[in-house]
Amino acid sequence: MKRIYVNEQWCLGCHLCEYECAYANSGIAGMVRALKGKAIHPRLRVEDAGDVHFAVNCRHCTDPVCIKSCISGALTKGKDGVVRIDRQKCVGCLTCVLVCPYGAVLSSPEGHAAMKCQLCTDNGRDMPNCVKYCPNGAIVYEEREAAR
Amino acid sequence: MMDLYIRPDYEVVRNQSRCIACRVCERQCANEVHSFDPETGLMEADEGKCVNCHRCVSLCPTHALKIVKTDDTYRENANWEAQAIHEVYRQANTGGVLLSSMGSPKPYPVFWDKLLINASQVTNPPIDPLREPMETQLYLGKRTAKIERGKDGLLKDTLPPQLKLSVPVLFSAMSYGSISYNAHESLARAAEELGIYYNTGEGGLHRDFYKYGKNTIVQVASGRFGVHKEYLEAAAAIEIKMGQGAKPGIGGHLPGGKISKDVSETRMIPQGVDAISPAPHHDIYSIEDLKQLVDSLKEATEYKKPIIVKIAAVHNAAAIASGIARSGADIIAIDGFRGGTGAAPTRIRDNVGIPIEPALAQIDQRLREEGIRDNVSIIVGGSVRSSADVVKAIALGADACYIGTAALLALGCHLCRSCHTGKCNWGIATQRPDLVKRLNPDLGYKRLVNLVSAWKHEIEEMMGGMGINSLEALRGNRLMLRGIGLSDTELRLLGVRYAGESL
Amino acid sequence: MKKYPYVILGCSVAAVAAIEGIRSEDREGRILVVGEEPCRAYGRPLISYYLLGETDLARMDYRPEEFYEEHGADLRLGVRAEAVDPKRKTVTFSDGEKIGYGKLLVATGSRPFDPPIEGIERVKERFSFMTKADALALEKVLSPEKRVLIVGAGLIGLKCFEGIAARVKSAAVVDLADRILPSVLDHTGAEMVQKALEARGAAFYLADAVAKFDGNTAYLKSGKELPFDLLVTAVGVRPNAELVKEAGGEVRRGIAADACGRTSLPDIYAAGDCAESFDAVSGENRVLALLPNANMQGCIAGINMAGGKAKFENAVAFNSIGFFGTHVMTAGVYEGEAYTEHTERSYKALFYKEGVLKGFILINLPERAGIYLKLLRERIPLSEVDFTALKTSPAWSAFPPAVRKRNFAAEV
Repeated sequence: MKRIYVNEQWCLGCHLCEYECAYANSGIAGMVRALKGKAIHPRLRVEDAGDVHFAVNCRHCTDPVCIKSCISGALTKGKDGVVRIDRQKCVGCLTCVLVCPYGAVLSSPEGHAAMKCQLCTDNGRDMPNCVKYCPNGAIVYEEREAAR
Repeated sequence: MMDLYIRPDYEVVRNQSRCIACRVCERQCANEVHSFDPETGLMEADEGKCVNCHRCVSLCPTHALKIVKTDDTYRENANWEAQAIHEVYRQANTGGVLLSSMGSPKPYPVFWDKLLINASQVTNPPIDPLREPMETQLYLGKRTAKIERGKDGLLKDTLPPQLKLSVPVLFSAMSYGSISYNAHESLARAAEELGIYYNTGEGGLHRDFYKYGKNTIVQVASGRFGVHKEYLEAAAAIEIKMGQGAKPGIGGHLPGGKISKDVSETRMIPQGVDAISPAPHHDIYSIEDLKQLVDSLKEATEYKKPIIVKIAAVHNAAAIASGIARSGADIIAIDGFRGGTGAAPTRIRDNVGIPIEPALAQIDQRLREEGIRDNVSIIVGGSVRSSADVVKAIALGADACYIGTAALLALGCHLCRSCHTGKCNWGIATQRPDLVKRLNPDLGYKRLVNLVSAWKHEIEEMMGGMGINSLEALRGNRLMLRGIGLSDTELRLLGVRYAGESL
Repeated sequence: MKKYPYVILGCSVAAVAAIEGIRSEDREGRILVVGEEPCRAYGRPLISYYLLGETDLARMDYRPEEFYEEHGADLRLGVRAEAVDPKRKTVTFSDGEKIGYGKLLVATGSRPFDPPIEGIERVKERFSFMTKADALALEKVLSPEKRVLIVGAGLIGLKCFEGIAARVKSAAVVDLADRILPSVLDHTGAEMVQKALEARGAAFYLADAVAKFDGNTAYLKSGKELPFDLLVTAVGVRPNAELVKEAGGEVRRGIAADACGRTSLPDIYAAGDCAESFDAVSGENRVLALLPNANMQGCIAGINMAGGKAKFENAVAFNSIGFFGTHVMTAGVYEGEAYTEHTERSYKALFYKEGVLKGFILINLPERAGIYLKLLRERIPLSEVDFTALKTSPAWSAFPPAVRKRNFAAEV
């Protein structure tokens, strides 16, 4: 399946992807209206450590430990390989947050449910918005093989 | 002490109703123009630091930014323009030579824009390049082969070494040091994919790029930086740099700050110490001396590689070219005074040398008259901005064009002309690792390939329009050009007729 | 006699995971799932959220109704397995039917332990808090004038309190231990959570116990008297291991099962709260009665039942649970050196020994906690990461670039 991959070498730490993610998932038309004056809650996070920067979001693991750990069955892996969360079923226990080795499942600001990257399959975009607006090809959306 | 005299050239205009304070501008500005005030929650700008490189404008996700020229003005004076006043202030501040980068921004005439291209109508039909063959491939080198047969009656290969190009465009000399590793990688990969060449400049050849050797022209310049046998052998051709259009008559100066470990190893010079290329080659004071260097380089590379001699377009360019054509060199490269540079004294850049167009026309003319035009190919550079400029250059007598600034623009350069500061926000003219990584060569090389491919299509269209289907038939074909807004002298020097003048 | 290639006893999380595990290897062999509860599998921890109104009966289904048919599994609900005959490979059910199996998974779970307290059998309104039925029964009697007594300040007892707190007059919680959540929290953490619960009206009687009940009054060992209307007992669970034991299988604290889920009996597997796991942190076999563990064990058992090969080698104890917005995450064991951060609202304790992370407590610090669990579960030598940086904030930048590349630039 197509997944998001991070080319750490090219990440500039500009954090644009976080804003593009927050916007894409805001459900509001117009970035200014969606984000101005608000704390953003993107589903991916850029880590900065000195000159090293990279974005972290759901890896859509082949064998997702979040799904195995979900107490309500809210997390599922679709036929397309995308790991999704049904926020209606989620009770916000955050077990998925505790088990995700990437730190990529997040507690959402309003509580009650976790949130995660769904590759922009749930917000009407034609491709992940973070990838679309990365200025340096540091996040890409493509097919790749496992390492090793 | 406070600087009373230097005021900002630009204003950063932020539309606060659009700004979402994402701070991308702040993170991306190496000049530290932008900052965030946590108390007000607003972004601020220190305009005195802005070089107008447009990095922030380009990345602002809500298009909240624009950079405008300040309308703050001195008392109007057509003689003492603001720039002139400013430069006096700056020199009074520092006592230093003014430094600038890229090509001269002064409003000198651009002859390309006063030349018009012909098209066929009725009697000599145009050619549709999408339907009929159109030859943009060419070879650079001497065309002096004689037909000789061996005892077996077969033709002997007496052809001097040639460079084969798919399109009459090469990336001009830009050294590793003046531009970044990633810029070099982009150029090298693009040259390989396009079937053309890039040029190392006087910066040596990084070990990682030896693999692009067959698309590499290596330079031997007055500082001899990075020159060794392997370097010469790795290349497709060797260029002796006698001069550069942006700074004729002076050498080069790469500030120590740009000489990183990697750059120092590639150039074979100490790290962090200014690298000075002398104005002359200290072993070249005549055409005969030049010939010795040409011969030495040929000997060193077993006569397998063409030798290019590059000079700046200056007043006596035609006579100098005539000498070069007799020195054994295979190719002459001429660099016009609008050409770019990583750093040059402002006064030199803006006042020394001549434009490429008359220099080219005169050199081509002179070599033809002397019957030595086939001794050499001619490459011209120094502000070739479009495929139309390429077509006009070839019609004026060039074999191919060097593009430098256009290539950098394709890589993201916004012509802020601050290369000499080493803080290029686009990752091109810098060695700062955090800035260098802003140019991803995977993207950069594709943009270069796109640019040259697009030009190729346009060149084919223009040639087809003229009813010409090969570069051979266009080269030196000045009848395909007409001048507009040019004086009789200019027309004479360019060897073209005025628009409307028939044969 | 009907015969199924796969029979699963119990219809809960381990069963569902086993169905998925079986189907990853065998797309054909029909599966029979027999559940004592009259409903499809649901996450049992949801019952407190149900009482809280955060979910409802429809949304509690662990998998959608069509899941079972799509996976070729027949459901037989409201039926108990009475006996297993490992020689003839049959199971006898409470409705008298006997069914043959190819492979059998025992995923019978656990049941609440009834504390042997004098007079308890005469308490009229007495509840456990484990199943949907428990929650529904309790819900029926909840009303604003009721006083509730909860015996047991563990996860179940306290989640029960959270679920009902707003719907009753008062609630008292009694526990033998000197702190709440003694099995998952240290004193500092316990105090914090206790405050959050007390703010919502919980009255705690710790290091104390009910000596006897007399009608609707509990007499504590300390001498205190607690009148109440409803009693909830939540003092622990016992694995439902009898079927295996009676069939001659090895049962220790739970059904003995290896890393593949095999019991000591041929073709019989066990998973979930009835079975033991090898705890990778403590290094001993324990019953890890935790939902994620049941899923992982069930899945592994399913794969092995269908002829595949898989081992469950990184079982660890962990919990993520919230009480009125105070969020508690814990994992592993609390041994060795500790790194702690304590603020008014949050608490972090990382325990490390012999160069690896052994356990942690995170209160109101859920952000990226999974990175700590990764360290713990994979027993990553702390020398291979920047543990100093990790202590203050879990981040992938503390891992070597090559590890990052493997994880972020390739399929995982």
